[in-house]
Amino acid sequence: MGRESIVLLGVNHKTTPLAVREKLALTGGYDEPLRTLGQLNGLGEYYLLSTCNRVEILFTCHDNRRMRREVLDLLFAGNVTREEVAECIYTFENEEAVEHLFLVASSLDSMIVGEAQILGQLKDAFRHASARKATGIILNKLLHKSFSVAKRVRTETRIGASAVSISYAAVELGRKIFGDLQGKRVMVIGAGEMAELAAEHLVGQGTTDVVVANRTLERAMKLAKRFHGKSIGLDELVEQLAHVDIIISSTGATGLILHKKEVASIMRKRRNQPLFFIDIAVPRDLDPEINTLENVYLYDIDDLNSVVEMNREQRDQEAIKARRIVEEETLKFLHWLSSMELTPTIIDLRTSAEAICQAELLKTLSRLNGITPKDRQSIERMASAIAGKLLHNPLQYLKTDHPCTDQEQRIATVRQLFDLDNQPTPTDNDQ
Amino acid sequence: MSYLLFQASFLAYFLSTAAYTVFFITQKNAVRGNARKIFFGAAFLHTATIFARYFEAGHTPITSIHETVSFFAWSIACCYLSFRWRYTVRNFGTFASLMVFVLMLVAACAPKIILPIPPAMQSWLLPVHASIAIIADAFLALAAIGGAMYLLQERELKEKRFGFFYSRLPSLESLDKLNQHCISIGFPLMTLGMITGYIWARQIWGGRDWHWDPKIIWSMITWFFYAGLMHQRFTVGWRGRRAAIMTIIAFGAVLLTLLFQLSGVHNGA
Repeated sequence: MGRESIVLLGVNHKTTPLAVREKLALTGGYDEPLRTLGQLNGLGEYYLLSTCNRVEILFTCHDNRRMRREVLDLLFAGNVTREEVAECIYTFENEEAVEHLFLVASSLDSMIVGEAQILGQLKDAFRHASARKATGIILNKLLHKSFSVAKRVRTETRIGASAVSISYAAVELGRKIFGDLQGKRVMVIGAGEMAELAAEHLVGQGTTDVVVANRTLERAMKLAKRFHGKSIGLDELVEQLAHVDIIISSTGATGLILHKKEVASIMRKRRNQPLFFIDIAVPRDLDPEINTLENVYLYDIDDLNSVVEMNREQRDQEAIKARRIVEEETLKFLHWLSSMELTPTIIDLRTSAEAICQAELLKTLSRLNGITPKDRQSIERMASAIAGKLLHNPLQYLKTDHPCTDQEQRIATVRQLFDLDNQPTPTDNDQ
Repeated sequence: MSYLLFQASFLAYFLSTAAYTVFFITQKNAVRGNARKIFFGAAFLHTATIFARYFEAGHTPITSIHETVSFFAWSIACCYLSFRWRYTVRNFGTFASLMVFVLMLVAACAPKIILPIPPAMQSWLLPVHASIAIIADAFLALAAIGGAMYLLQERELKEKRFGFFYSRLPSLESLDKLNQHCISIGFPLMTLGMITGYIWARQIWGGRDWHWDPKIIWSMITWFFYAGLMHQRFTVGWRGRRAAIMTIIAFGAVLLTLLFQLSGVHNGA
């Protein structure tokens, strides 16, 4: 039996309309789907990630086709038809799967490239899976690696700057309008990642109340709870405008959700207190004409980007750099993965022993003066005999099937005992 | 003596305006510190000038154009300093010092001879009326400066072209507050100035008919402008751009009144 392959299935904001994504999203938390996955026969290691922009499952198995079908049926059955799923799902295997995971972790696949929240969600998903012992040697290594790739991308490129800059620009503009953000009230329309991020930034600057408006009240309540705010439905939106100062909108709606007329009608009730709209949705949620109203300021995502004057060219360059890092790390991981097989491990073990013998012989022989070539040969032979005898049991342990530990586990143990992975990866043990 | 002091304070205002301008462009805090000190010194010299003038002329020096404009500049400087002491508005000093400097320039160009007050107009109420009115005007001038700054900043925010002023000007909120504060001090003072003016006119005109000259009419119009602005702000919350534009227009009326004053009633009509 050969090595298991790594398979990644998923849907994300690029392939799937929100309406379908919503149905696929694992709203009930990870535990239940992880438990049912555990009952599947033939599934090796597995883990699940579900955010508002993506649902992905990563697993190892021998029979890719069959497992893919069974996993999809199990996770999404009942919510949408098979055809619908087939239309939007993407499948990656081995190298591609690894690369995709690294891209997701380093936020290159996010709706807002460079936002940092995805890493937290990834770690959280991993924590659930590993708590249920769903992940093993390969996925543990792979996910830890993805965390360190994300970290590397973040520190070595400025990819995060553009996402940070949007919240930063929102705060900066807010300061120019309101002077002090202390005590200002924020309304978040749509419970997307980015809106959450911007709201978080504003709350950090002293805004007090947060109101979350969302089409589905459940998501609104969830987000509102995070900020100790209240949640409302979209139909109460206009009425709420009278009580808030800063509005961040990022719904997935295709049309406008707020028009000039509606905002104009509320201004008298507000006694012309300024309103600051931030529209980070694509396509836009808010009527651009709103900006023409007095004491109302509307910025869309491009306007915010111009605030920080981060030009597109620079951002693209950073993305190229980040992709290079991802590719590099993918190769490193694959190298590790291939070393996890029997033959390379035996070779590694022998080479390592040989290297030790040679080093020690060199040290000893240079100190012994006046020995004959024959003595020399005997000493060399003795050294390799010792090494060979010492290696005998470990090699037997690797080769013969063991009732309680599978081969992968044994390979990992031996590699660890003899320190065969001497490519130090210091970030592996963050978390 | 007062002439020398005037020249000295004029020079000091010039230096401080230059320093403030340099600060405005470079945004170096050390420059601002110096500009502030020079401005303070200039205001102090200017105060001395006005006292010296008072003793030379034997009456409050607000009769000639030179004196009135200089007094106006001095009031603005003092009002600005009194404001600074209470709360700061970023880069307000640059604009205020520029305004003071321009007024000093006008005063420097005007003839500096001491005009005696016609005996018919002499009353203890004259200096009270005139100085209250001018101090009120100074607050209204600051409100207009705040209004102009508001419009500059608002334009950059609305058009989303973040140029020279965006980073240098304070927030809209603080400019609007400045506008409101200045007017809510300036307007009552202006009202008081008009009441004292009325009493004074009654005093010197005695039983004569009320004299409707352009200066008085314009004062009334100006007063209505500000009264309207205050009323709108308190009832329907007029603020921001509209309030800023109104403040600037109303200040235009103030300047016109001042112009009439300089050529009208007080110069012996």
